[in-house]
Order: sequence, then C-alpha cells, then structure tokens
Amino acid sequence: MAIRSAARPVRFGIPRRSRSQERGSPLLAIVAWIVGLIVFFPVLYMILTGFKSEPAAVDLPPKLIFTPTFENYEAIFRIDFLPFFRNSAVASLGSTALVMLLAIPAAYALALRPPQKWRDILFFFISTKFLPPAGVIVPLYIIFREASLLGTVQGLIILYTAMNLPIAIWMLRSFLEEVPRDVLDAARVDGAGLFREITQIVLPMIFPGLVATVFLAIIFAWNEFFFAVSLAAVGTATVPIFMVKFVTSEGLFWAKLSASSTMAVLPIVALGWVAQRQLVRGLSMGAVK
Amino acid sequence: MAIADQPLERMRRQAGGPSLLDRVRSQPIGRLLVLPALLYAILVTQAPFILTLWYSLQRWNLQRPDRRGFVGFQNYQTIFTRDPAFREALVNTAVFVTAAVLISLALGLLYAELVNHRYPGRGIVRTLLLTPFLIMPVAAALNWKNMMLNPNFGVIDWLTRTALPGNPEPNWLGEYPAVSVIGVLVWRWAPFMMLILLAGMQSISEEVREAVRVDGATAWQEFRDITMPHLSRFLQLGGLLGTVFIVQELDPIYMMTQGGPGNATTTLPYLVFRKAIEGSNVGLGAAVGVVVVMVSMVVITLLLRALDRIMRGV
Repeated sequence: MAIRSAARPVRFGIPRRSRSQERGSPLLAIVAWIVGLIVFFPVLYMILTGFKSEPAAVDLPPKLIFTPTFENYEAIFRIDFLPFFRNSAVASLGSTALVMLLAIPAAYALALRPPQKWRDILFFFISTKFLPPAGVIVPLYIIFREASLLGTVQGLIILYTAMNLPIAIWMLRSFLEEVPRDVLDAARVDGAGLFREITQIVLPMIFPGLVATVFLAIIFAWNEFFFAVSLAAVGTATVPIFMVKFVTSEGLFWAKLSASSTMAVLPIVALGWVAQRQLVRGLSMGAVK
Repeated sequence: MAIADQPLERMRRQAGGPSLLDRVRSQPIGRLLVLPALLYAILVTQAPFILTLWYSLQRWNLQRPDRRGFVGFQNYQTIFTRDPAFREALVNTAVFVTAAVLISLALGLLYAELVNHRYPGRGIVRTLLLTPFLIMPVAAALNWKNMMLNPNFGVIDWLTRTALPGNPEPNWLGEYPAVSVIGVLVWRWAPFMMLILLAGMQSISEEVREAVRVDGATAWQEFRDITMPHLSRFLQLGGLLGTVFIVQELDPIYMMTQGGPGNATTTLPYLVFRKAIEGSNVGLGAAVGVVVVMVSMVVITLLLRALDRIMRGV
C-alpha cells in the first residue's frame, strides 16, 4: 500500500535480502544479546521454575542450575488441566474457522471486486475492532444469560469471531491486493466460476498469508481473557480462567503455577515463532508488509 | 516482513491495477460477498451497543430484578458526581495508556535498531525480544506478580534489595502499583512496536544510506537525518494501534492489583467489569460502558483520520 511505495523512493530491482544487512559492530551484538536475554528472562525463569520443587521455587538468590523434577506437571494433570485446554482449543479453532469462512469472501470482494463504498466498509470493520469490549459486555452478558449461552464454548466462539474478523479481513485483503490481475482475467476467460476462482486460483496464491492469518486469529483467541472471565462458567472455562482459578483455589505454589503457565503459553509461542515474519502485517492491519 | 518486494507486487504495479470498467462491473457480486461478514459484525458488535445505551437509562441490579425501571440519566449523574472511582479510572486510563504507548515506542525503537544489523544469532535475539508479546497476558501477569515482583521472594525486588546500597526494602507492586502495571504493559507491547518499526527500517533504501555514509555521516547523523524522518509514519502507526489495543488491556490489572490499592490502578474497562459483572449493577455498568465508548469514539475518530492519512501515504 501507500505506506510502502512512498517508503521506498529509490529502487532499481535490488534484491530484498541485500538490504539492512549491514554488519553490526561486536559491541552492538553484545548489547543486543544482553537486552534480548533480559527481556526474555521472566519467560525463562517461568519455564525453569516449572521444573523446580516448591521449596526450591522461592529460593533466593534464584538458582538457574538445579536437578529438574516433573512433579509439578504430574500434579497439574491430576487437578484436571486438560478440560480447560480442550475448551481453549475448541474456542480458538472454532472461531478461527468461522472467521476464515466470513473473511475470505469479504476480503476477496474488497480487494478484487470492490463494491460501492468499499472504503467505508473497510473502515467500518476496523472501527468495530477499535471499540472497547467494555462497551458491549453488559448486554452480551444479559443476552447470553437469556439464551443460555453464558458459560458455553459456543458463546465464546461467537465473540472471538467478531473480535478477529476485522483483523482477518484487513490482513487477507492486503495479501489479495498482490494477486496479479492477468491471472484472474485469464481464469475468467477460461470460464472459471467464482467459487473455483477463489478456491483454486486465489487462495493457493496467497497461501502463506492465509496461514499467517489463521495463526494470528488462533493466537488472539487463545490468549483472550476479558470475555472469557466475564461470560464463561466453571465447566467451559478456557486456559486463562484455569490460571486465575488455580491461583485462588490452590494458594501460591509457584512451581505448579510456572508449570501450568508454561503449558498454557507453549502452543501459542510456538505458532508465533513460526509466523513471526508475517505477524507484523496482521498486527498492523496490513498497513506494514 | 519482506513480502512487499515479491514478484507478485511488481507484476501488479506493471499491470496498473483494476480498470475502471472492471470495478464497475464487479460491484454487485462484491456486495454479496461482503454481506455475511458485514451482517455478522453489525449483529455482534453494533446491536449490543444500542442495548448498552438502553440499559444505561435503567435502574437494574441483577440481584434485585423487581426494582428494575427507567430512570433517565440518573446512572450518568451517579458516575459523574457521586462516584469518585469513575473520575480516577478516567485519569488512570489516560495516564496508563499514554505512558505505556510512549515507553513501548521508545523501547521498540531500541529493539528494532538492535536487530536491524547483521551479527551471529540475530534471529534468536529477535525471537527472544518478540516472545513477551506472544505470552498469554494472564500467565504473564501472574508470573510478574509473583515470581518477579513479590516483595519477599520476587527476583526484581531481590535484585533491588541486594544491588542497591543502603539495604532498601522495596515493594514495587505494593508501593508503586501504577509503575508495575505500566512496566508489564510495556514489556508486552514493546515487541509489537519493534515489529512495526523494524518493517519501517528495512524499507529504507540502502542506496540512500550508502550515499550519506560516503558523504561521511556518522551513525548518529544517519539515524537522525535518514532513519527518523523515514520512520515517523511507522511511529504514528505504532502509536495509533498501540493506543487502540492497550486501552482494551484488562489482564494485568485484574491479575496484579485488582484495580487497587483503592482505585489507584482501576481503568475504565476494569470499572465496567467490576460494576456490571462482579457487582451485578447492569444500569451503572452500562452507563460507564457508554462513556468508555463515547470517549473512545472521539479519540478513535481522530486516530482513524490519522490512519487513513497514513495508509494513503499523504
């Protein structure tokens, strides 16, 4: 988009990879590593504490080398961690599927077959993302109570879909804009219908973008807390709620807390690491590529 | 972050984009395809807000459904004149968001500069710096509250105790709850700024950089005269999106301070949660919700105008 083209006034077909590859001084490398390790330290400490015994977890000065134990992980599985995990997985995957179902046609239309007032529509979607959930939580709570959706995974799926829809549409649209026109025209000349055009030509061409969008939607749904804490009940609570419940009902057991935190963040951190090159496009609604 | 230069994009530029005729012809089908998503967004986000407006005019406590009734603007009167929590929450929200966004931007700029050079393990450093953003906010807040900031056993309090002279007895979370909450917000959002600013830095043409280097510019001059002016658009974008997202962050406050001590760390979204969900006061919670949206709408309109300008590259 504009931010990109304006950003690069001079370009003579120089391969992307050669840019910004200026060799840093050893000092910069050392500073970078130190800053990186400091920023990462709380995460590292959490992972390590999960393998300590409870008394060792509160030992000061903190020990980074110790004999690991798996007792915390065994304990977590004894107190029924898995149902929360399953609820989170169903809510994340279910909402993401619904998001893609709605977002793909919408993004396709907005990028390649723009309807009237497409710019207004695009900004309407983003404005729904900009409105704080606090503005709608009260009636949602009442409606869900009336409709017996309070404390159901279905209820969360409905909301997470609305939460991720704008991001998915903007992100997909920014990928779809790069699909060359000639290919689509050729497909249409060949008599491909709309459905075939989308599923067999367009989607394969933006496959990396598609995957990144799915990952981002899963990440946001998995980590979501406000709706989950307001609208979920004990039986259908997600992982974040398990964390809250764990603290209140089990008291402060840092080693077990760390072990369950590690379990809770692991799938998402892994997804994020895999998708990190594409994350920025989704997070910036496609403004930055 | 290197997608922009792919052959696809170059081809599209050469092709010159959609023709006018193409746009006109494709309108009806486009509308049909956008409709489901549009209806969904309206139904799930706009309709409830209209109900929020309606509820905010009622006296309605879920514990006393028999006393439900229309009371006009009484709830608004209550939060504006009789409820000190509201004013405190309004100020806290403004302070927290402004501080968190600005510090995240500054720190994100540092992160981005650190990973924008080539050295062994650069990819690992970038991954380390990115990770806080991926950590489930609830888990992050819990671990910060306990393992980092506990006055007796927390690593940070222990470090301040042992590293600083005069044996201070720090209690970061207890004595400086706002600083602690902002610190955790920054830890989480600086990586987000890094991603955006890094994309910006990597889009600066290397020819320009080389030209000023040949002219004998120092690293600082290069940063000040080339990098910063170019980055201003990306800084604006980061600030805009950071504001939008951080306003909605509830997790660190819920987990670390419960809005306290007193109302010292209560923000507007947390206040809605406390009034309506925990306190069962639908009318009052809805009124606070409406004010949250009104305030946001003013800010958002201004920010959206900025975003539109940024997107168009003006």
